[in-house]
Amino acid sequence: MRSGPITCWNNLLIPEQMLESIDMSLVDWSRGQFALTAMFHWIFVPLTLGLSFIVAFMHTIYVRTGDEEWKQTTKFWMKLFGINFAIGVATGIILEFEFGTNWSNYSWFVGDIFGAPLAIEGILAFFLESTFIAVMFFGWNKVSKRFHLLASWLTAFGASLSAVWILVANAWMQHPVGTVFNPETARNEMISFWDVIFSEVAVNKFLHTISSSFLLASIFVIGVSAWFLLRKREVLFARRSTVIASVFGVITAIATIVTGDSSARIVAREQPMKFAAMEALYEGQTHAPLVAIGAVRTDTSSSSYSREDFIFKIEIPNALSYMVFLTPSGFVPGISDLVFGNEEEGYISYEERIERGAVAIQTLKDLKKAKDRGDEQSYNTLREKFNDPVWLDQYYQHFGFGYYKGRELKELIPNVKLSFYSFHVMVILGGHFLIFTIVALWLSLKNRWGNHRWLLWVALLTLPMPWIASQAGWVVAELGRQPWVVYELMPTIAAVTRLKPVAVQITFWIFLLTFTLLFIAEIRIMLSQIKKGPGGK
Amino acid sequence: MFGNLSLLELQQYWYVIVSLLGSILVFLFFVQGGQTFIFKIGKSEAERTIIVNSLGRKWEFTFTTLVTFGGAFFASFPLFYATSFGGAYWVWMAILFAFVIQAVSYEFRTKASNFLGQRTYENFLFINGLLGTFLVGVAVATFFSGSRFSLNEMNNVIWATGAHGLEAALNPFNLSLGLTVFFLARVLGLLYFMKTIDNRNIIDRSRKALKNNALPFVVFFLIFAVWLMLRKGFAVNPNTAEVFMEPYKYLHNLLAMPAVMVMFLAGVLAVLGGIALGLLRYGGNGIWFAGPGTILVVFSLFMLAGFNNTAFYPSAYDLQSSLTIQNSSSSHYTLVAMSWVSLFIPFVLAYIIFAWRALNKKKIDEKEMQEEHHVY
Repeated sequence: MRSGPITCWNNLLIPEQMLESIDMSLVDWSRGQFALTAMFHWIFVPLTLGLSFIVAFMHTIYVRTGDEEWKQTTKFWMKLFGINFAIGVATGIILEFEFGTNWSNYSWFVGDIFGAPLAIEGILAFFLESTFIAVMFFGWNKVSKRFHLLASWLTAFGASLSAVWILVANAWMQHPVGTVFNPETARNEMISFWDVIFSEVAVNKFLHTISSSFLLASIFVIGVSAWFLLRKREVLFARRSTVIASVFGVITAIATIVTGDSSARIVAREQPMKFAAMEALYEGQTHAPLVAIGAVRTDTSSSSYSREDFIFKIEIPNALSYMVFLTPSGFVPGISDLVFGNEEEGYISYEERIERGAVAIQTLKDLKKAKDRGDEQSYNTLREKFNDPVWLDQYYQHFGFGYYKGRELKELIPNVKLSFYSFHVMVILGGHFLIFTIVALWLSLKNRWGNHRWLLWVALLTLPMPWIASQAGWVVAELGRQPWVVYELMPTIAAVTRLKPVAVQITFWIFLLTFTLLFIAEIRIMLSQIKKGPGGK
Repeated sequence: MFGNLSLLELQQYWYVIVSLLGSILVFLFFVQGGQTFIFKIGKSEAERTIIVNSLGRKWEFTFTTLVTFGGAFFASFPLFYATSFGGAYWVWMAILFAFVIQAVSYEFRTKASNFLGQRTYENFLFINGLLGTFLVGVAVATFFSGSRFSLNEMNNVIWATGAHGLEAALNPFNLSLGLTVFFLARVLGLLYFMKTIDNRNIIDRSRKALKNNALPFVVFFLIFAVWLMLRKGFAVNPNTAEVFMEPYKYLHNLLAMPAVMVMFLAGVLAVLGGIALGLLRYGGNGIWFAGPGTILVVFSLFMLAGFNNTAFYPSAYDLQSSLTIQNSSSSHYTLVAMSWVSLFIPFVLAYIIFAWRALNKKKIDEKEMQEEHHVY
């Protein structure tokens, strides 16, 4: 029986009770289902985010000049935007529900933080987007020109605003700040909304995500326009579109690289294990080199966990240390330093952290027992610990590690190969995008874009690449975060809803089939609309 | 302003907001109800296009309201979100699926090379209208009939049936609300057609269909309402927080909260009045009565479920695991932060109404469908 308001004992997951009984295939299928939905969703979202602004720019030029050609251009891209938007919405609603259906323990644990941004997103952003998108599409002959243009801009802002809140929530999972653990409710509770939304991780994540999405849309517009130029169709439309997109592209490519660079620095500081995995760095060092290109091989012989070894690599000396600390003498910890500890550099071993985390969990259990017994004195003593900054730093900080008592250390290391390759693919493609957009802009301004057919082919081949880079970025962010759903506080295995694995398997296959069909439909519709061109209805 | 409110007051404030969103959602189900008439009322291709387009300009409001309803529930009562969504897995997944296929259907329906064919997308809209409304009704009915779950000492949900929520759809009481919502949505859809479409055939067929759908709606609603008043309810002892069964609990709640009773009765009259207006007169103002009436009735049902010491998400399997407004909410700080944001709601409503009116100045007819650039 419960007494008084919120005295729920939730998610006080006790390792020996809970985690042994957890079916790993349930965790894997649940993760698979979430990854499937998220990755499908992310095919459409960045294009929506970027294209909405490109459409708004074009619409503005039309309203200012009254040039019918600009109207056709605006309408063409708006149509592609609409097709893409619909399927983004379809995949988006699942993500929201899946937090509850498949990650219910997590939903309770983070609900106090995560819920608020989500509600704000609904009230402020989604309605802005969905109301004005209707005006944008249907308003051509129904509302005044100025109100119609305003609707285009509000749709674009609404779309980006939607992204703010969900990224704030994600940032909090990577780096939980602005909250305090309440042992009464056994969950984290928010104490500073501003710390949550303006945390460095959140701001950087938003800027990097949004700028890379704008870049993706720019490259899409340049690529599609290149197709028209190659066929010598709609030349004016294609050139104009390319100018707009390449201006937007250069600016956002620079922004993407700058925010990506600071993102790496933040990850290195806040999530050193993720960072080490991104670089496949096992032994920490000062003057650490940056692996520019490399191929890794798994080596299982050398230690208690498998290690990745390089078959070959090209390194930039000192670059990694410089990237993180802005000085070559900075010490970048490797996976071994983190797992086995490095006293000299101040890293506590995982074994020790597991012990301390277990103490924090045990304290919580004792607290509950004291409460059930009605033993007020011990209850108050234990309760006091959760207000003691020294104890919190010594023990609670390692709370999540306590779940791994009796489990293997290697479970605490993310997938190194996948992190390494995803990170490097993203970075290399980012460099390509910068050069590509600069060339496109330069030639466009000289009115020579389209003169070199091979460059148009490059544009066409570049078209799908930002999707690869963007997905790879999320793979780094989310797989590199493993095994945590909330960094070092809540492991993924503790977050999952206790369902039969077969239930999740069934929904996984249903969603995969549905998404695949809808994706094929979307691509075919897009292609046929593009072929029709701005003149066709 | 909000910081001075007690936790209980904030919990009640947010329960009211969530209830309001839920009530508006049921009103906006006119889109879903209308979708079930694409084939029945649209006999020619041109008529179907008119119907789909009249709904297509509004579907995003319903969809967004659903998403916001979910988000606001998550934010204010995370334990409900975790318990119900994680536990009644199949019901929520089925609802979800019904809305996934809706989202693409308007945009893809008449586009060239749409792969699955126009008919498939129209069927998707039909399925959405059927399943979406019915299952949401069933899910909300469990607020009164209870579900079969327990929360362990860590408050992780353990569902007592392997059906994971599907069992709710076999309970006759839940069925009565599910069918009520389904037929209500159809009635609202028909009244919406009468208001926004200028086409003799569609209007005539809509009025005929209104007669056939108003009757089952009234019958199922009466079954549900009478049953609700007579059944035992999940009461909470305000001193010990103990949950126990109380005979005529929801009738007691209605009598204990006269304002809710007034809203409920006014809402019922408005819905019936709206239907009568649709049946008796050719003009289309029935929706202006039936719509607000729906909001009032659904809102008062949520009040009956959660206020006056009642467990709003009860467990019939383990009474003490039942969720109340008090034991399932976010913290004081979070509710205060969210409450500031809630001040934007009137502003959001204002621009929605403004945009809605701007696009609906003129009734939809065949001519517009031929001239309009953006047609679904």
